[in-house]
Amino acid sequence: MLKMDEIQKRLLLEVADLHDVPMGAYNLRANGKSVGRSSSANIEITPKEDGSGIDIHIKPGTKNESVHIPVVMSESGMKETVYNDFYIGEGADVVIVAGCGIDNCGTQDSEHDGVHRFFVGENAKVKYVEKHYGSGDGQGSRILNPVTEVTMEAGSSMEMEMVQIKGVDSTSRTTKANLKADASLIVRERLMTHGKQYAYSEYEVSLDGENASADVVSRGVAKDKSYQKLDLRIVGNAACHGHTECDSIIMDEGRILAVPSLEANNVDAMLVHEAAIGKIAGDQLIKLMTLGLTEKEAEEQIVNGFLK
Amino acid sequence: MLELKNISFHVTEGNSQVDIIQNLSLTVDNRKFVVITGPNGSGKSTLAKIIAGIEQPTSGQILLDGEDITHKSITERAQLGISFAFQQPVRFRGLQVIDLLRLAAGKKISHIKACDYLAEVGLCANDYLNREVNSSLSGGELKRIEIATILARKTNLSIFDEPEAGIDLWSFQNLIRIFEKMREEIEDSSIIIISHQERILQIADEIIVLADGRVQEHGAGKDILPKIMDTEASMPMCRKFQ
Repeated sequence: MLKMDEIQKRLLLEVADLHDVPMGAYNLRANGKSVGRSSSANIEITPKEDGSGIDIHIKPGTKNESVHIPVVMSESGMKETVYNDFYIGEGADVVIVAGCGIDNCGTQDSEHDGVHRFFVGENAKVKYVEKHYGSGDGQGSRILNPVTEVTMEAGSSMEMEMVQIKGVDSTSRTTKANLKADASLIVRERLMTHGKQYAYSEYEVSLDGENASADVVSRGVAKDKSYQKLDLRIVGNAACHGHTECDSIIMDEGRILAVPSLEANNVDAMLVHEAAIGKIAGDQLIKLMTLGLTEKEAEEQIVNGFLK
Repeated sequence: MLELKNISFHVTEGNSQVDIIQNLSLTVDNRKFVVITGPNGSGKSTLAKIIAGIEQPTSGQILLDGEDITHKSITERAQLGISFAFQQPVRFRGLQVIDLLRLAAGKKISHIKACDYLAEVGLCANDYLNREVNSSLSGGELKRIEIATILARKTNLSIFDEPEAGIDLWSFQNLIRIFEKMREEIEDSSIIIISHQERILQIADEIIVLADGRVQEHGAGKDILPKIMDTEASMPMCRKFQ
């Protein structure tokens, strides 16, 4: 049985939908230390020699297995950078669930910077879910600066679900991907900021191989006085398909800067970008009010639906 | 029962006042299927919005089952039992058809129940329940989903603002069938439809003709319809689709 307090258990539930120890391979990190680790026959998790993080090796052909590596922090004033490397063998088909929850009731800032590198083998298929969550009413900030680097071999595919819905004061998210021939990457990012929060999310996806494809979609809601900057960039270096989209709802005194960008270095690169920022439409509120919801309830439903 | 007493609605355009609705009074009894018609600009849609609370009348009084609702909000009127189907159904990014039906029903309805509502409007639930209510849906599909939300609400007074607007002729045939069924199953509720389509006017218990923001005629459908045939208040469908 894991030794975690109630706050840590709640954070674990928020970021990984876990009530307790997950099935299969996992590594749970709480307040800077690994509090539980398990490998499976096909998935081996080993600590790096210098103690800076873990290596996850997934054997070729591993099917329908999952890896959970959530992080929870409940001590104020902690700052850590963790390096986790994933080696996904050829033809594997796995789900990887990461994520970090910070509860900061103190006066000092708490910060977790996770650097994740993925090496996705030929024809492997990965679903990656990363949720970030903050809670606690202390003066100290909750800061998360994740870095995700993806190297995708020929024919591999990866679907990334990146979610930060609540409570993170400051975040700078950097995601880079390089795709070889026939590789495909789908990113679905959802960001909600409130209070005086700041979120910066940057993607750079290079489509290097023939018929590589990427679809990067970020949906954001900026409430109160929060600020979001979204920088979504796709580079086409071969005959490839790329689509990037920033779709944002702005509320109160929120501010959003959306910078989708495309670079084509090959005449057969087909790249598209879209960006839209707007407040909740008045007729949307009215429609839901005619169903019996109050204006505030209508607003919540629209935001929840948008970020679902 | 809905009673409108001396309702007026004015807007200001530049320095002049425009009278959209002028001292209008009418009563809609329970168990009645009432069609409000009239030429464009006669104030039909404004009147529907005034009943739903989307617009506030400049003067006059609105009573629902004897209760004065003139100053009640859209939400309060909805909770008291008024439903309103938009002429241009609203699109939502992210909200799915099932979400909208659940919000309309006011509770967590099962998939099976949601299927029933969609089947009523001729949509296959498997294809639609998890679809986003966004621009990927056609005008006809959105209109039917809009009507399904009204069915899910099961309120005493349902108002439809030009349900035929913006849909193709094929969808229109199905729409008529839906209204015919609603007419048969009206029980103690009442239905107000803003329309100038002859096929809808034909199934009305009562027809109210508006002109220049006033009630020009109000009576039994069978009496009023012959008078307004082939006027702007009653437009037949293209003959090939009759």
